[in-house]
Amino acid sequence: MRPLLEKKIPLALVFIIGIIMTLQYFVPHPISQTIYDNSLMWDRAIASMAYIMAIVSFLRFHSRRLKDKNYAPYSLVAILSFAAMVLIGFIGGTGSDSLFQKMYDNMMVPLQATTFSLLAFYMSSAAYRAFRIRGIEATVLMITAFIIIFGTTTIGNYVPKMNEIVEWIMAVPNLASKRGIMIGVGLGVVATSIKIILGIERNWVGG
Amino acid sequence: MSVRDFFIRLSKIDRKYIYLVILIGLIIPLIFPPHFPQKMSPQVKRVFEYIDTLPKGSYVILSADYDPSVAPEVHPMYKAVVKHCILRGVIPIGMTLGVQGAGLALDAFTEAEKVLGARRDTDYVFLGYQAGGAVVILGLGEDIKSVYKTDYFGTKTTDIYALKPVKNYRDIALVISFSGSAIPATWAVYAYTKYGVKVAAAVTGVSAGDFYPYIQAGQFIGMLAGMKAAAEYEDAVNRILKEKGIGKFSTSAIRMMDANSIGQLLIILFIIIGNIGYFLSRRRK
Amino acid sequence: MILKTILFILFLSPPRVFSPDGTGKKLTIVLDIPDAIRPQITTLNLVRECSDGKIDTLDILPFLKAYTDNSLSHKKDYRYKILAYSNGNLIFESEWSEYTRPTAKWFDKDKLPLFIAMMLFTIIMIYYIAQARANKPLYLRPIAGLEAVNEAIGRATEMGRPIIYINGLTGISDIATIAALNILSHVTKRAGQFETRIVVPCYDPVVYTIAREIVKEAYTTIGRPDLFNPDDVYFATDSQFGYAAHVAARMVREQSATNFFMGYYFAESLILSETGASTGAIQVAGTDSVAQLPFFVVTCDYTLIGEELYAASAYLSREPLLTGTIKAQDLAKLLLVAVIVLLSILSLFKVNITLGLF
Repeated sequence: MRPLLEKKIPLALVFIIGIIMTLQYFVPHPISQTIYDNSLMWDRAIASMAYIMAIVSFLRFHSRRLKDKNYAPYSLVAILSFAAMVLIGFIGGTGSDSLFQKMYDNMMVPLQATTFSLLAFYMSSAAYRAFRIRGIEATVLMITAFIIIFGTTTIGNYVPKMNEIVEWIMAVPNLASKRGIMIGVGLGVVATSIKIILGIERNWVGG
Repeated sequence: MSVRDFFIRLSKIDRKYIYLVILIGLIIPLIFPPHFPQKMSPQVKRVFEYIDTLPKGSYVILSADYDPSVAPEVHPMYKAVVKHCILRGVIPIGMTLGVQGAGLALDAFTEAEKVLGARRDTDYVFLGYQAGGAVVILGLGEDIKSVYKTDYFGTKTTDIYALKPVKNYRDIALVISFSGSAIPATWAVYAYTKYGVKVAAAVTGVSAGDFYPYIQAGQFIGMLAGMKAAAEYEDAVNRILKEKGIGKFSTSAIRMMDANSIGQLLIILFIIIGNIGYFLSRRRK
Repeated sequence: MILKTILFILFLSPPRVFSPDGTGKKLTIVLDIPDAIRPQITTLNLVRECSDGKIDTLDILPFLKAYTDNSLSHKKDYRYKILAYSNGNLIFESEWSEYTRPTAKWFDKDKLPLFIAMMLFTIIMIYYIAQARANKPLYLRPIAGLEAVNEAIGRATEMGRPIIYINGLTGISDIATIAALNILSHVTKRAGQFETRIVVPCYDPVVYTIAREIVKEAYTTIGRPDLFNPDDVYFATDSQFGYAAHVAARMVREQSATNFFMGYYFAESLILSETGASTGAIQVAGTDSVAQLPFFVVTCDYTLIGEELYAASAYLSREPLLTGTIKAQDLAKLLLVAVIVLLSILSLFKVNITLGLF
């Protein structure tokens, strides 16, 4: 019974629905559009249920950590913040003038901006560690990085032909390699999708 | 400790000290701006000179197709271009294809009113947001006043003094799309290809690479890319303000770019030091 | 004035109506109004009459030469009439068009090239799968990042510290996340064999539920269901930088020995990978996000670039069915490159052939 419920039925469902949704893309008939709209509704319904499980996981994870001295303060803050926002949202609403929105705008947004700003520091330490002349490829990488970093500063404008070189690097080798990777990714996406629909790839259901 | 040992130790320095140097390097120029002299790069120059040489009374559409997430890079460009147009007697027509752009564009025109004494519906027009994306772009090519029956403030476009001579793209000298996404490409495809109106892009540094093919194909006359372009344009507009004896300069992009430049130069310095130390330690082995 | 009136009457033809696509919801109405009359039009209305008797008046932009009416029904017929006004005065009224029904088709001909390409690719895949099944050895070039998975897991085992595995910051509808989950299964089985703990903080709730089952099933498959700890696979947060902060903090506090970054990432990629590098962990990344690849290449020990992420599952399992699909991918890529090169050469000689396919 277990293999049927845990493996065979999910694989069969994925196969049937995968084929239907693939064909749906090529069929403009209103019935096809209805199928698509309904599948989006199902998707939202499943996501809502997943959120409930996720919240239970979040609360369980942090409540267990309250017993550990090293993690207790952080988990306490996480649980209290969660509870506070839920209560404030339910009681005061989540409209544009609500306390919920003000707390989001004045606490969450600055916190996100602060974490984002760490990138400036991490980029410098990553560049410092990584750009070493270890071999030919590393040397080419370093020289290119030099040119781009220098060319995008104010002082770079004073070096003759610097802007043209930067533009050429961005417009030719950079764009060419990006497009090459994207072609490969596109094929990889199609191949993986076909593998999953046909049941060739089964790791997601336990192998 | 010999010089060699010093560099070898420096190449293995703890991250903390790198972060400290970067922190100081970024804070000091923000507090004490060094005002590095700005020199215009070729792409920015093309857009600047195009507007600078337009006859008085020409019209330029400035489409604020960006949102607050990319505003630090793109908004200073929008403000600078609005001021440039008004200073040269060119009439900017502000509009946006995205809801969030309207507030940002309005901020730029309000600043122009305060700094330059610009008059709404005479020195500039602000049409606001119109839903439809490509349909709006195509519609402007036929009749602007049909697409925008009223401006942002509710005034009928047929009653707006500055818009009276304008019907469609044939009366527009340039369209600039300010964006953090791929919208400038839509302007190139629909406005330039179908109606032949000149188009330029003002985009974030990260997305600039995707638009070089459009410049090479002649679909864009130029491009303002990232904070550097914003600082260059801002500086050029400040010079015009100085010429005209108006002392209210905008320096937000210039200050940020100064800090940015110092940060990047510090990174280059670290890379050089790291490589010197790396070579010396290899030679020792 | 009389001449204008005669012109109006002469040009009073009913609008042409046709179905632009096969969705059964749209009709395009061609507004054949002479250009001489157009400048006088200030308001243009389109009157729509449905076969059930319902009449609606649509206000459309005066300069339009064609209008597409949406949200119709493929089970009803519609007819249209144009009304043109100049400053409130009716100057133009066309005849009613014929009743037309929006066409509902069963196949979109415009997508035929795509359909053929998809079928061709599927046939190539099935061919190579059959070849692999027939036990014909298929060569796959070594990929450093995948060869290093065992080494990375071994390091975590030796050091007695956990592995942190991140599935990316997109939902289950992104194929990169599915590829990441496939690799998670392999990594969990290998880690489980050495009793090495694997921690999977999740960003998306749906991905969390699937990752949980994958890890649980992986341990069961190797005969060690006791190794599964529900607190090791959990939902962290769905805030981008909140998630980055949580995972970075976890890496620093628990001093993970190995970090895997598989899936699609945004700006937080450098925060995650650089923090991991600062703890001295061995890091293997795999993403198809072109913008984040440079950050992973610089901070991680091994990086799977683009399609290598999708090939990882086949590499790690070496199952004939999966290795066959990689050969198919390679052949498809070769065909595509050949077409690009051929068309590029032809375009140099001003021969532009696309056969309506592109």
